[in-house]
Amino acid sequence: MLIQKSPDIRYSEVTSKALYLNRRRFLAAIPAAFLGVRAFAGTKLPNLAKSPFSTSEAENSFNDVTHYNNFYEFGTGKDEPARYAQKFKTDPWTLSVEGAVAKPRKYSIDDLLHLAPLEERIYRHRCVEGWSIVVPWAGYSLGALLKQAEPTPKARFVAFQSYYDPGQMPLARGSGLDFPYIEGLRLDEAMHPLTMLTLGMYGETLPPQDGAPVRLTVPWKYGFKSAKSLVKIKLVEKQPPCTWNIANPQEYGFYSNVNPAVPNPRYSQATERRLGEFRRRPTLPFNGYADQVASLYNGMDLRKYY
Amino acid sequence: MLRSRWTKVAVFLACLLPFFRLAWRFYTGDLTPNPIEFVTHFTGDWAIRFVVTTLAISPLRKLARLPDLIRFRRMFGLFAFFYATLHFATWFGLDKFFDMHEILADFSKRRFIIAGLIAYLSMAPLAVTSTQGWIRRLGGRRWQRLHRLVYVTGIAVVVHYYWLVKSDIRLPLFYGSLVAILLLYRTAVALWPHRAPAVS
Repeated sequence: MLIQKSPDIRYSEVTSKALYLNRRRFLAAIPAAFLGVRAFAGTKLPNLAKSPFSTSEAENSFNDVTHYNNFYEFGTGKDEPARYAQKFKTDPWTLSVEGAVAKPRKYSIDDLLHLAPLEERIYRHRCVEGWSIVVPWAGYSLGALLKQAEPTPKARFVAFQSYYDPGQMPLARGSGLDFPYIEGLRLDEAMHPLTMLTLGMYGETLPPQDGAPVRLTVPWKYGFKSAKSLVKIKLVEKQPPCTWNIANPQEYGFYSNVNPAVPNPRYSQATERRLGEFRRRPTLPFNGYADQVASLYNGMDLRKYY
Repeated sequence: MLRSRWTKVAVFLACLLPFFRLAWRFYTGDLTPNPIEFVTHFTGDWAIRFVVTTLAISPLRKLARLPDLIRFRRMFGLFAFFYATLHFATWFGLDKFFDMHEILADFSKRRFIIAGLIAYLSMAPLAVTSTQGWIRRLGGRRWQRLHRLVYVTGIAVVVHYYWLVKSDIRLPLFYGSLVAILLLYRTAVALWPHRAPAVS
């Protein structure tokens, strides 16, 4: 019976999105008009350019993507970030780009919104837990930001750090992870055009539970690599430590490319459930982005570098 | 009050409440964006709660001097099996969709699934032999020895849960502590039988 139900709901929700956005736009305009506040969660992002990287697969509903989250700073339950992140203060915000760069700089969200033309990119997103979604992100290639910082020859990896404030994130302590959340990519992975600096989704700025105000999106890796609510990007010489890898190195490798052939001790990874679908579907190597990114790993044993 | 027939009926209905709640959420389409996962976790949570409740009956009878609690032990045990069966069936039929290839791979490779399977298989013979007829057929002593399998169930469900979670181990530790206390109490009673309070 579940079979009949889910897709119907999904599509009606997609259709009603325009209405939803309309309401959000209206509500968002009120404080903006009176207080001059800009770019908080739910602000409409106009004139998003279409991207050739977008998949033609059906998007998940805004409601699903905003009510099924892993954001352990706001609780380990999938429904908890939607409930407990709503008061998350994301304005003002500073993202610091530093380390092995010629031009270190602190960026405000306004700076980032105007650093490069914003694109809408509809990406598949595959969680290590075996579920997946299709999300229309808004942003641009992370490379645009990194190039502006001018990495020096010493820069071989990029370390990312998420915001952490125990006062705003009291549930983080019970999660069993060490915070702030840290992640990392090789420089060539970070410079790959698919890797996104993401400022919005569904045509508006990011909701808190999805990583407001700025996050990383690396569509060929398991979702936990795409760190949320970034405050620091540091170019470094050595492979940086990563939160999940520290917590459980046998299960979460530094690379964590989506790979149906390499099982996680807990999840087979051969299949996934797209939210809104009843049957599992096969998982694709590099989450279906093998044509674009497989060459980054030429000659590497992906069983060893999982 | 514990002796009343109506108490037993009320407890029975109360044990069904989670099932009705789940059915209601299914009916109203309130099963979260990942319904199969939600149903799996919901039924698993209730299975483990009933396993712990069942294990708590004997110590509670003695410590709280409520010998009549025995009237509910079989019911709680059968409800543990009921929710565990829903849990297992959801995984087997809905999540894996009877894909024997994946299921057998899980049985051989995923340690939390192996622990879950041990827990479930250890409950099955207890559910089957829970009737008066089976007690008579096996004889009280042998029946009792067989039903000590529930200790295996208690340990296996906790291990199953502990191995399942990624980093937030608070709930597995909570249930684990309860099972540990209940089993250690029995060990203590077995080692120093004369110290156990008498039960009428």
